[in-house]
Amino acid sequence: MSTEEKKNSQISLDSEILSPSTEKEVSEIVREIYSKQLPIEIAGTGTKKGFGYNLQTARKLTLSKLSGIIDYKKEELYIKVKAGTPIQDIEKILDENNQELAFEPIDFGYMINGQSNKGTIGGYVACNFAGSRRFKVGSVRDHILGFKGVNGKGDIIKSGGTVVKNVTGYDLSKLISGSFGTLVVLTEITLKVSPKKQSQITVIVYSDEIKKISNLFDKILSSSNEVSAATFIPEEPDNENYDHTKKKIFKFNDLDHEGSFLAFRIEGDKRSIDERLKELKIELDLSNFNSSILDVHQSIPFWKKVNNLELFSGTKNNILRAVLPPAKCETFSKFLNKKYKYCIDWCGSLFWIEVLDKDDEKINKIKNFTVENSGYLTILKKSENFDFQDTLFTIDNTRLMISKKIKESFDPKKLFNPGRMYREF
Amino acid sequence: MTELALPKIDKDTISRKNQIVSQLKKFTKDENILSENEEIKPYETDGLAAYKQTPLAVVLPENTKEVSEILKFCNQENIKVIPRGAGTGLSGGALPLQDAILLGLGKFNKILEIDFENKCVVTQPGVTNLGITHAVQHKGYYYAPDPSSQLACSIGGNVAENSGGVHSLKYGTTTNNILGVEMVMMDGTITRIGGKTLDQEGYDLLGLLCGSEGLLGVITEVTVKILRKPQSVRAALIGFPTVEDGGNCVSDIISSGIVPAGMEMMDKALIDATDKFSKAGYPKDAEVLMIVELDGTKSEVDGLLSKVSEIAKQNNSNSMKLSNNEKERLAFWSGRKAAFPACGAMAPDYYCMDGSIPRGKLSLILKEINELSKKYNLAVANAFHAGDGNLHPLIMFDGSDKEQLRKTEEFGAEILKACVKHGGALTGEHGVGIEKRELMCESFNNDDIQQQLNIKKSLDEKNLLNPGKVYPILRKCAEEGRVHVHRGEEKFPDLPRF
Repeated sequence: MSTEEKKNSQISLDSEILSPSTEKEVSEIVREIYSKQLPIEIAGTGTKKGFGYNLQTARKLTLSKLSGIIDYKKEELYIKVKAGTPIQDIEKILDENNQELAFEPIDFGYMINGQSNKGTIGGYVACNFAGSRRFKVGSVRDHILGFKGVNGKGDIIKSGGTVVKNVTGYDLSKLISGSFGTLVVLTEITLKVSPKKQSQITVIVYSDEIKKISNLFDKILSSSNEVSAATFIPEEPDNENYDHTKKKIFKFNDLDHEGSFLAFRIEGDKRSIDERLKELKIELDLSNFNSSILDVHQSIPFWKKVNNLELFSGTKNNILRAVLPPAKCETFSKFLNKKYKYCIDWCGSLFWIEVLDKDDEKINKIKNFTVENSGYLTILKKSENFDFQDTLFTIDNTRLMISKKIKESFDPKKLFNPGRMYREF
Repeated sequence: MTELALPKIDKDTISRKNQIVSQLKKFTKDENILSENEEIKPYETDGLAAYKQTPLAVVLPENTKEVSEILKFCNQENIKVIPRGAGTGLSGGALPLQDAILLGLGKFNKILEIDFENKCVVTQPGVTNLGITHAVQHKGYYYAPDPSSQLACSIGGNVAENSGGVHSLKYGTTTNNILGVEMVMMDGTITRIGGKTLDQEGYDLLGLLCGSEGLLGVITEVTVKILRKPQSVRAALIGFPTVEDGGNCVSDIISSGIVPAGMEMMDKALIDATDKFSKAGYPKDAEVLMIVELDGTKSEVDGLLSKVSEIAKQNNSNSMKLSNNEKERLAFWSGRKAAFPACGAMAPDYYCMDGSIPRGKLSLILKEINELSKKYNLAVANAFHAGDGNLHPLIMFDGSDKEQLRKTEEFGAEILKACVKHGGALTGEHGVGIEKRELMCESFNNDDIQQQLNIKKSLDEKNLLNPGKVYPILRKCAEEGRVHVHRGEEKFPDLPRF
């Protein structure tokens, strides 16, 4: 940046927190940090700050001022927004138009400090963590049509566009999803949106036998009746170090609060829901279980609570996120053996596990078991006294080597969120 | 056909041919290496038959270890490698080079594991797309992405091109339906990306690889998701008196919250041609014809079909048939599926384009194409995947007239540029390959392209894997390309297309 340009710019590197409000300003900042080799932390509004390794950087760049809806085409099923746009703003306008983000954005605020704080769309793309509908509709990355951003040299780059069928060049939208801000500073994101389903119900099946639960998950996955979410909420371990929140959180008229339960959701118009419920009752042999049904007014808040991980609201403990092939559900649950507070989402594939403070050895055991069973594990929330020496993300040496090369191709001086995902870069 | 620039030929490599062939015999059986002219002739082109090159040799490895050793050797010896699946690609992505080894994956043709518990299939890349569905359909499952060439195209090629099809609006393309791959990099490194789990951790290398057109690695194994077949499928065949009415109907269906399994359109020229060819019974008075397919539970499909009928009526539809059984549904599709051979009967040659535009611009682009048709005095027939805005204009010409060929090329390039101008993409499903390479700068500026080249360089430092494809060599906008079919002499003319 020339002296003249610097004088005209509202952003100067003299400040430790940089809040650009235009893409050009982002580019100018990055060009300057590139020339001065200053490592930088990139954040939206900081709601997912605790994820990954802690950073030691010279400057922090926040995208909170780079906010707003650029273009919303309801009939084209896309919305183009600036990267720092609060997710609520996007959800609000979509809701007004009877549309939604099908990947069900998770509100991590509850887990971080016990209250709602969704953050920005840039943060969702950076983390690529989708909610309960994942096994049916794909992850965050499956809903990104295109993006613009600034690479580590300050170049403004783009990929994709606004149309769903596009195979022009490498699909960088996928690559930047889940990259935790280590490849580009996102400035603009185009998202695929979906029509909102007319109605929904949730069927609650009471059982604490994991073999039966695992079997139900399998039958749901095998069904053509399009179940759009399925979760298992077990009883909490009898240990005073865990907050016992289950009964408080899942308090609904048609839900028996005692014991473990599996819940699955059916969405669509009323006639279709009735038809599918009838068939699922037969497919799942529901007459062999105690069960109840949450109507639409209970079903909607129920899944919000599941998706927002309210079960782990404000916990001081470590939170792990393990993803396994669905057929490993029973094995993994038995391994956890009611010693931990956990729940299973994505119809048997995703485990959220709370592990007590300072239980590093147990975390290591869970991680090893996950990998041995063809899964992967992320240590998402770290407790205060966390001194885990192993990696927070699962990766083998070859993929680490490839990832390192990819990182260098975007950010040759390794200035963006250094060490956030892997200590090597 | 206008000549496209290819990477500079390394004469030294060609002069070492015998030595290289003999070295390759260390890594695989002798019979897996083809080097005589008559043996390698079938490999001189892929589905874009207008371009032909004879490779240095063809190697047909049998396992991942052999692929790794061959690539490692080629990397050390600076020998270019062109990976190839079934060779049905339409953008010249597997076009050989004279100084390159063509690495055919045809012997990787086994399904390794059918895992109903995890709802996936682990397969070698040479298995056909339809082969996967055939392997699981006895239990009511199928593999969702359905490129029209699914009978012949390989799943490895599908990953390389991120193939889609009629049903991609609802079920996504390849990238949304694969869970993992085994891949060999140019330096011989073997790695696994993903597996049987949803998503992966870290950088989405699977997403990067999918659609990378064989430039980043050679795929040696693929794990795909399988889905249960929907309980009920029905279709509507709807005619409209004007292009605008048809285009508006597409937008209104989507806006109303309906996501059909497939939504296809044809213009009058194609309705007449395909109906003559297939006797599908298409309406004679329609300017555009739409096929809308819906799937789900029986009552859901019946309900949605009735809503679609209402929306079509509100948009002035002048004919409508709803399928009441599978035979009727397939009859609706028969004309649409015969688009390619039907056009073959209309003119000595035709060019098939592949671009994407926003759905709302369908009638606008059709108007522009018709104006261009008058400007160039060349007939054109249009087929659209209307649901996702992927269009396939077919330009009729006579290739023996050089002036017509030149005009056809200009016409085609103008259509693709119009797609980009209206917010669409240069290619919806055929890939860039060699065909649209020089048009990349219509979509991307130098910084965008340089970022992609940086990725390529970081994984294939010497640019030996499928060089000359996707990225412009000259960094200028030339006007060339397209699928050229002369008197039906396209590769695999019997395959349904588009």
